[in-house]
Amino acid sequence: MSDAIRAGAAIQLLSPEGERVFDTRYDITLGDAELRDLYRDMVLVRRIDTEATALQRQGELGLWASSLGQEAAQVGSARCLRSGDFAFPTYRDHGVTWSRGIKPLEILAMFRGVTNGGWDPIERGCAIYTIVIGNQALHAAGYAMGIQLDGSDDAVIAYFGDGATDEGDVNEAFVFGSVFNAPVVFFCQNNQWAISQPREHRSRAPIHARAAGFGFPGVLVDGNDILAVMAVTREALERARAGGGPTLIEAYTYRMAAHTTSDDPTRYRGAEELEIWRLRDPIERLKVFLARHGIADRHYFDQVDHEADELAVHVRDGVRSMVEPEATSMFDHVYAEPHALLEEQRRQLREYEASFVSGGPA
Amino acid sequence: MTAMTMAKALNTGLRRAMEQDSKVILFGEDIGRLGGVFRITDGLQKDFGEHRVMDAPLAESGIVGAAVGLAMRGYRPVVEIQFDGFVYPAFDQIVSQVAKMHRRTEGTVRMPIVIRIPYGGGIGAVEHHSESPEAYFAHTAGLRVLTPGDPQAAFVTIQQAIACDDPVVYFEPKRRYWDKGEVDEGLDAQDLQRVPDPWRARVVQAGDDVTVACYGPMVRTCLEAARASSDVSLEVIDLQSLSPLDIETLVASVERTGRLVVVHEASANIGLGAEIAARVTERCFYSLEAPVLRVTGFDIPYPASRLEEHFLPDLDRVLDAVDRAMAY
Repeated sequence: MSDAIRAGAAIQLLSPEGERVFDTRYDITLGDAELRDLYRDMVLVRRIDTEATALQRQGELGLWASSLGQEAAQVGSARCLRSGDFAFPTYRDHGVTWSRGIKPLEILAMFRGVTNGGWDPIERGCAIYTIVIGNQALHAAGYAMGIQLDGSDDAVIAYFGDGATDEGDVNEAFVFGSVFNAPVVFFCQNNQWAISQPREHRSRAPIHARAAGFGFPGVLVDGNDILAVMAVTREALERARAGGGPTLIEAYTYRMAAHTTSDDPTRYRGAEELEIWRLRDPIERLKVFLARHGIADRHYFDQVDHEADELAVHVRDGVRSMVEPEATSMFDHVYAEPHALLEEQRRQLREYEASFVSGGPA
Repeated sequence: MTAMTMAKALNTGLRRAMEQDSKVILFGEDIGRLGGVFRITDGLQKDFGEHRVMDAPLAESGIVGAAVGLAMRGYRPVVEIQFDGFVYPAFDQIVSQVAKMHRRTEGTVRMPIVIRIPYGGGIGAVEHHSESPEAYFAHTAGLRVLTPGDPQAAFVTIQQAIACDDPVVYFEPKRRYWDKGEVDEGLDAQDLQRVPDPWRARVVQAGDDVTVACYGPMVRTCLEAARASSDVSLEVIDLQSLSPLDIETLVASVERTGRLVVVHEASANIGLGAEIAARVTERCFYSLEAPVLRVTGFDIPYPASRLEEHFLPDLDRVLDAVDRAMAY
């Protein structure tokens, strides 16, 4: 399979060198403040990611799934959502959750192991991270069906990776979205790697081309170009709101880090392709564009870096001082309604632990 | 009171639930225009519209996964899995998402989903149409599992399952769909002063010598055994709720009778009978006159239908176990 960026097959509005590119189908006009905000968001998300990786190495997090290199795909798409819309992210979509207003410590709580969630999805318009690959695509399709039943013009965006397109659930979600003409955007970040398996292991056809078989549009976009990502996502969301049904967006990007902190990518991929993708960095190209057009200056960039440093301190201190959950809290919320067996087990655990003079087993 | 089949009782209960709460929607394969392969949803699409009774694509994981999303949007989906043996594609969504969502979101997202599954054998069906997979679901924390033993229970508990804020896997004993019974349609399923708590077992036949615990399709079988047993008096208990299990009602009975036989169609190995035996033994160790015995399907894949009468517990096998319990 050829490289979609080199082949010029992906929608692009900002070249890796930071030049505006003309596209016959898509365009976007953003104000200077908005452009600066996009840059800031990506820098801060990357800083959270870097800090989280370090915290895992120091034993403060059990695991971390890095979003390094995918900031434009995540921030660009999630920035197009309205407050009533709903996002269904994967465990790698920190740029999505950040853009939905989820706080960094809320994101990190699951990776620290103090909760399996972290925030109220209904209040925030953003599901908690789904770890089972592809499950959330169906939740998104069902949620979108609910929007239709409500007669609302809200929309849903379902995130998943290239690996997830192997899963039945993602393909079933395409069927449900299609059959019910549901207001859902399927946003696939093709980051080239499903742990150790390259994209050639997915399918003979490019991912976005699958949409045709399900009867809705498929778009291939340079996932490291935040302007192009926003342009195609906006269009897809508008189509969904207007009753036009689903769109599959394939955001062509690259997982710059390991699959997770437990992974060793040197066993399956070389440094050459990393070098190719480093030159396509999503933050650098926007920075060059902003500087060249006088939209932001050194003072602004320094200010964002300073903010990132402060955020890193906040994240580091916040993670270390997270309150350890009470042992018996494991029984909370297993059921919404009273459950005698669990109350009995909760009592047993409390009594057992209280039976140790020191307050707990040595 | 009205005499009606369990199928009609379920249909009437579903209708009642839909009338009372506009958020209740039905979703499943062939449930709309056809009314379901067993006609349990017959006439509901016509009366409530295609937006509330939706024919789903032929994808069980999709049906349950979409129900999760619908529940997140504030609906109370009642989904139908066409046959017991077809639920496995949805197992991942049920175990990983439906069962865990409320806990993972620290109580902020509820999953008031009912997953209806016709189950069990005895209808001469082809493979994958006669299974009893209830133990998988009863084993899974976060789920509740109900199965009605007669039309009255079906009418009431299907409404209670829909009103429950937890996900309920609702097993319908398909060979009892056409059994008739008296149903009080005037009952308000939420009026717990008048109708039993769905999570409690029901003593359906009082007796003194041996407690027989059963559920779903085996309730009628065990009642017939009790009637046929002339010299030994059987107390028949319909468990109804397979998760949580109402051990208290069993304990109260076994403390009097001293003997317990558990009957289910599902295979014995690591099944509900084993759990019931363990828990009753813990509580009734000094009351028991005999070990807890099980009458179950064998530990094989469900056999070809010409053999199913040898596989399924029947009146004689129940009475055989009763005799063995008495002989200790």
